[in-house]
Amino acid sequence: MHIVYPAVVAALLFSIGVYGVLARRNTILVLMSVELMLNAVNLNLVAFDVWLRDRLHSGQVLTLFVIVIAAAEVGVGLAIVLAVFRNRRMIDLDDLRDLADPAPLPSPDGDGTTARDPARASEPETAGTAEARRGGADAARPAGVSPAEHAKATRRGEAIP
Amino acid sequence: MNEAVPSYLSPSGQEIVFLLLGAVAVGSALLVVTTRRLVHAALWLVVCFGALAGCYLVLTAEFVAWVQVLIYVGAVIALLLFGIMLTRAPIGPSTDLDSGNRLVAAGVAVATAAILVTLVVDGFRTAYADLSPGQGSAEAIGGSVFRNWVLPFEALSVLLLAALIGAIVLSRTDIRGR
Repeated sequence: MHIVYPAVVAALLFSIGVYGVLARRNTILVLMSVELMLNAVNLNLVAFDVWLRDRLHSGQVLTLFVIVIAAAEVGVGLAIVLAVFRNRRMIDLDDLRDLADPAPLPSPDGDGTTARDPARASEPETAGTAEARRGGADAARPAGVSPAEHAKATRRGEAIP
Repeated sequence: MNEAVPSYLSPSGQEIVFLLLGAVAVGSALLVVTTRRLVHAALWLVVCFGALAGCYLVLTAEFVAWVQVLIYVGAVIALLLFGIMLTRAPIGPSTDLDSGNRLVAAGVAVATAAILVTLVVDGFRTAYADLSPGQGSAEAIGGSVFRNWVLPFEALSVLLLAALIGAIVLSRTDIRGR
């Protein structure tokens, strides 16, 4: 087998992962793109291990380690995403701007971002924003929720004093 | 390694199978990053990881292929689907999955792909590996892990435990900081 084939497939997968990380807004989709990039690296490791006929099987063992680390990463990442969702009621990366400058400059580029910028700029970046957003989402929620969701929501409401 | 490299114009059966699986993997990965439905993205990721497991099988890395199926297709996708469910993502198509910098992202990705593919093709044009079965069997990999890689293996088990505890602490609501 020519080593070029797995290497090219891995390079394409990595680039697709880069696109996904940069272009997606939903945090879970970004995590999926990170998984794609890790898998591209795994394919490279396996291909070069087979090519070099490593006696220690370094490439394949390292692939197993990367898989384990990816599992741990996605576990902790999803826990963080759930914590963010619990506090904010949304997980869009573009709107999580608490660590940004308090008065963001209007972005010079055109489509899409400038339409949201005035609302974002007029919003005070305090802790009250999250509370208000959560309150608004809570008020809107019980319209069409299933009983299981409602039970979960009430349980969560009891858990937070 | 470099002597008697077969021509690219007469691909072997293994190479044809690998290229087909690679095309499936790349195509489903493209769908993962472009689809408008969150759940479909997770399911296309299953296709991508399954095709990659097939690629590992063709490359004679059997054990890695089964671990890929077990952990990625089994555990990670299930975890991602749980995340999608718990964040109350809409089931139908949603319009706001892409951010405003799509074009910039596409440019960066195309540039990355061009550079990497050019470099790889230029660097490994003459690299050829004879595939002989048994190199990546569970026996060989297990012996290697428990003979030469014991310390990283144990460190990784501690890391997994720490990640597990961290995920539990982060996702429970009745644990308060002092």
